[in-house]
Amino acid sequence: MYIDPHVHMVSRTTDDYQRMALAGCVAITEPAFWAGYDRSTPQGFFDYFRQLTDFEPKRAAQYGIRHHTWLCINPKEAEDPVFAREVIALIPQFLKCENVLGIGEIGLNKNSRNELEILDAHLALAAEHGLMVLVHTPHLEDKLKGTRLIMDAIRNHSRLDPGRVLIDHVEEHTVRPVLDRGFWAGMTLYPDTKCTPQRAVDIFEMHGTERLWINSAGDWGQSDPLAVPKAQIEMKSRGHTLESVRKVSFDNPLKFLSQSGRFRIA
Amino acid sequence: MAPTPPPLSKRAVVDRYYLEHRAKVIDIAAFLDRVDRAQGDGADDFRRTALEACCRILTDGQPERARRVLELLSDHSTEPIAKSPMKGATGAVDLGAKGAR
Repeated sequence: MYIDPHVHMVSRTTDDYQRMALAGCVAITEPAFWAGYDRSTPQGFFDYFRQLTDFEPKRAAQYGIRHHTWLCINPKEAEDPVFAREVIALIPQFLKCENVLGIGEIGLNKNSRNELEILDAHLALAAEHGLMVLVHTPHLEDKLKGTRLIMDAIRNHSRLDPGRVLIDHVEEHTVRPVLDRGFWAGMTLYPDTKCTPQRAVDIFEMHGTERLWINSAGDWGQSDPLAVPKAQIEMKSRGHTLESVRKVSFDNPLKFLSQSGRFRIA
Repeated sequence: MAPTPPPLSKRAVVDRYYLEHRAKVIDIAAFLDRVDRAQGDGADDFRRTALEACCRILTDGQPERARRVLELLSDHSTEPIAKSPMKGATGAVDLGAKGAR
């Protein structure tokens, strides 16, 4: 049994839901993200948010998987602050939807001033409504700098409890600073970039399993919606206890996400 | 839960992962050969230079190689940039570019 706390199912086929269910997935959370192209109007986001809050939960339910979501405009589309603020203004009307856990995945992409401005606007929205936050950290060479800028930006919002913020896509060079500042951390199991299942298990062995989870971040690119159960196999094959495997792939996400008051397993 | 050493012995780790990583080393060697054999400019590409610097970390005998490789490939500047030049990332920092590090 497992939870995949970060997977973009709008980009995956229904067959993937079936395969995930067969592998033991009982619940997922789906952050709003970049579609691979920039939407031309805020209305495009309105329809995307409807898909995340109405259609996708029904599709997941066919396979006994409980679907939850996080709403935002992804940092890849934050370079136009006027446009981004129009999208952010759409979010409050969706907050009453029962599968919305909070704001995400917000953060930075290239660490620009406009991205920081829109990150701050999202954080203000989360603070105003008492919402949890799921954070995307930049890719590759931009991750270290971006992670530091993001943590500083969050610290500027005193109403945001780091224990209700998860900073995702950590790797060996960012996991310790994130945990040391009281945040939760997510490791994304992704080919070529981010972590392999082997490296994720290495990180558990080096940094422990407190406030850490694993996810697939399966999306429209080369990715694997079965990455979490594959990491479970890696842990078990190294001799880690079933208790440890369950902690990182089920208990930890359940503990963090339950703070929303809305997270349910099937 | 406190950090724990791998349940596997050193020998068991080598037995389990050696062939996989032997193949990755050969892939790196073949990649560098492929760049050498190719025509045109690019021999001094910053990404190739960065990769060769990473290889030196692998054999320096010091711990936390993965963290140090990632840090070597990272932008260590601290101020946000004025505007995003692109959506993607290159995987290394061009030390010759203005503002790098």
